[in-house]
Amino acid sequence: MGRVTTSLPESPAALADALASTGYLADEGLATAGFLALTLGRPLFLEGEAGVGKTAFAQALAVATGARFVRLQCYEGLDAAQALYDWDFPRQILHLRAAEAAASGQQIDAAVLEAGLYDRRFLIARPLLQALEHSPCVLLVDEVDRADDEFEAFLLETLAEAAITIPEIGRIVAETPPLTVLTSNRTREVHDALKRRCLYHWVEHPEFDREVAILRERLPQITRRLAEQVAAAAGRMRELDLIKPPGVAESIDWAGALVALGARDLDPDRAAATLGAVLKYREDVARVRAGLDDLVAAQP
Amino acid sequence: MTGAGLDLTGLVVGFARTLRHAGVEAGPDRVQTMLRAVDALGGTTARHLYWAGRQTLCAEPDDIRIYDAAFAAYFGGQRPQRGTPLNPAATLPSVAAPYTSGPPGDSADDGDEPQVLGLSASTVEILRRRDFALLTPTERAEVRRLLALLGPKTATRRSRRRQPAARGEIDPNRTVRAALTRAGEPTRLARRRRVERPRRLVLLIDVSGSMSPYADALLRFAHAAVRTRPTRTEVFTLGTRLTRITRALRHRDADAALHAASTAIPDWHGGTRLADALQAFLDRWGQRGTARGAIVVMFSDGWERGDPTALAQRTHRLARLAYRLIWVNPHRGKDGFAPLAGGMAAALPHLDEFVAGHTVAALDELVRVIAK
Repeated sequence: MGRVTTSLPESPAALADALASTGYLADEGLATAGFLALTLGRPLFLEGEAGVGKTAFAQALAVATGARFVRLQCYEGLDAAQALYDWDFPRQILHLRAAEAAASGQQIDAAVLEAGLYDRRFLIARPLLQALEHSPCVLLVDEVDRADDEFEAFLLETLAEAAITIPEIGRIVAETPPLTVLTSNRTREVHDALKRRCLYHWVEHPEFDREVAILRERLPQITRRLAEQVAAAAGRMRELDLIKPPGVAESIDWAGALVALGARDLDPDRAAATLGAVLKYREDVARVRAGLDDLVAAQP
Repeated sequence: MTGAGLDLTGLVVGFARTLRHAGVEAGPDRVQTMLRAVDALGGTTARHLYWAGRQTLCAEPDDIRIYDAAFAAYFGGQRPQRGTPLNPAATLPSVAAPYTSGPPGDSADDGDEPQVLGLSASTVEILRRRDFALLTPTERAEVRRLLALLGPKTATRRSRRRQPAARGEIDPNRTVRAALTRAGEPTRLARRRRVERPRRLVLLIDVSGSMSPYADALLRFAHAAVRTRPTRTEVFTLGTRLTRITRALRHRDADAALHAASTAIPDWHGGTRLADALQAFLDRWGQRGTARGAIVVMFSDGWERGDPTALAQRTHRLARLAYRLIWVNPHRGKDGFAPLAGGMAAALPHLDEFVAGHTVAALDELVRVIAK
């Protein structure tokens, strides 16, 4: 394949090691997905509960492969001018006025002036263009389901060709196509044509041991006992049928809050005081608070 | 490719066929990607095959459950057989196609049925007001034609997207761009305005036993809705579990679409665990955004075996997410109806609209309510 980066891993395990050295602990499935995306040159489509580390994975992947990281956050109404490129109109006008002033009465060569207007320096590169201009690159298209259908078609075209044409400048082709990671929260179904080009992976909540390892990796000051208690309690909360079960992001926040309070292990008082870091709905907090003692004593 | 590779191709193609029977759309291009993925992983251990297949053949979380079952069955030694779909959840009852027969008592009357219905306007008018549960097979065919004519459309909302327009706010980008071609002199103001977009329509259809006389008509209504706005409509069935049938209903032909949908629904005519199914909808779809700002229509008689307070809670949550929550109860249109079913009474305070849905005319009225 055309994709040659300086540090292409040899196996999923090698990629998992490289990711681990950046502080991201990927499980076997995710490492395999990342490895296949790199080797086959396919975009990777990630889905999973909020806060399981989809965005963090893309960032870690960029660091691990020594690539530049570019993020495109999608939202409704996102269009080419915000995703691809835009001309810097105020600067162009300033350029015109400056040229007029400098000429002060002499003839201006209109053709030269006009050609100067569409110089690369007047072009504002938005994320997609940045990703094509800087190789190697990991392009994160975050929450693609939030953009509307029109944008999806446009994205598909850009991804398929790894190139764009700017009428005034010409065609810009990526040296090596960016490694694209798309994430979706499934607010609507993404079009089949887009999914078909991608590798698909559903990111799970980490199992107990991995979550403990993640907490200790992210929070060096945390005691082993506290990390285990937080991971066990978070695991228990995910089984509780809450409106918003905590992801890894929330358990890291929670553990961080406990560490900031100087906790060495989890006790009901401190847990109650910091529940806001891990649960984001009043109903959930009320429910968990009722069974707090069990939660604190939870075993994996 | 080596000799071992050839075997692998056959193996993978066979596996993909098993998966397709089980309901995962593993097309040829995906199979090819899987072969490349296995190759890239450099070995054909079970784990390599598992992950390579899962990441290339699956496209959504619902696929993964099926994939796991199919993988275990296929590589556990079971060969794929044509025409015998693999049932991923073996505990579920199998599905019978529910559309071919009318109410059992009607078969004797068949000979007396007028063969040509729908010639006169008054016959149509009578049919429009006939309860779906009481139709004879001939009437049923005519009613199906009437249902296919319905086209529920939701009201629009203002989108974030803007487009060039003759009137509206000034579009600075286009104005300046035009000015640049005239040496920076703005000669004309370009304008733009916001686009109007239809709201998403979400249909939740109760397919439990107590709703079975209405299921066919309601699914046909859903099919008409999906055909009207294919990308803005989502359809789920609720029974003992939640099933998304939007994809099946996209088929142009109503009978084919309904057949596909009925194959997809594992809990046809079963019991009701409305609150649990609703919870599943909220967790997997609603909360994430499918229900947000949408017009949600719930088709159910409100018979709930579980705890009515749980149903009330979930209806309330759904009502907070949705732009409007409409409950369609086929019994509503009948004389002497009072919302006494435990679930119905519990849900009632949280609804924006409560309408009947037992006749074509009532569904026609529902179309108006949805468009409001």
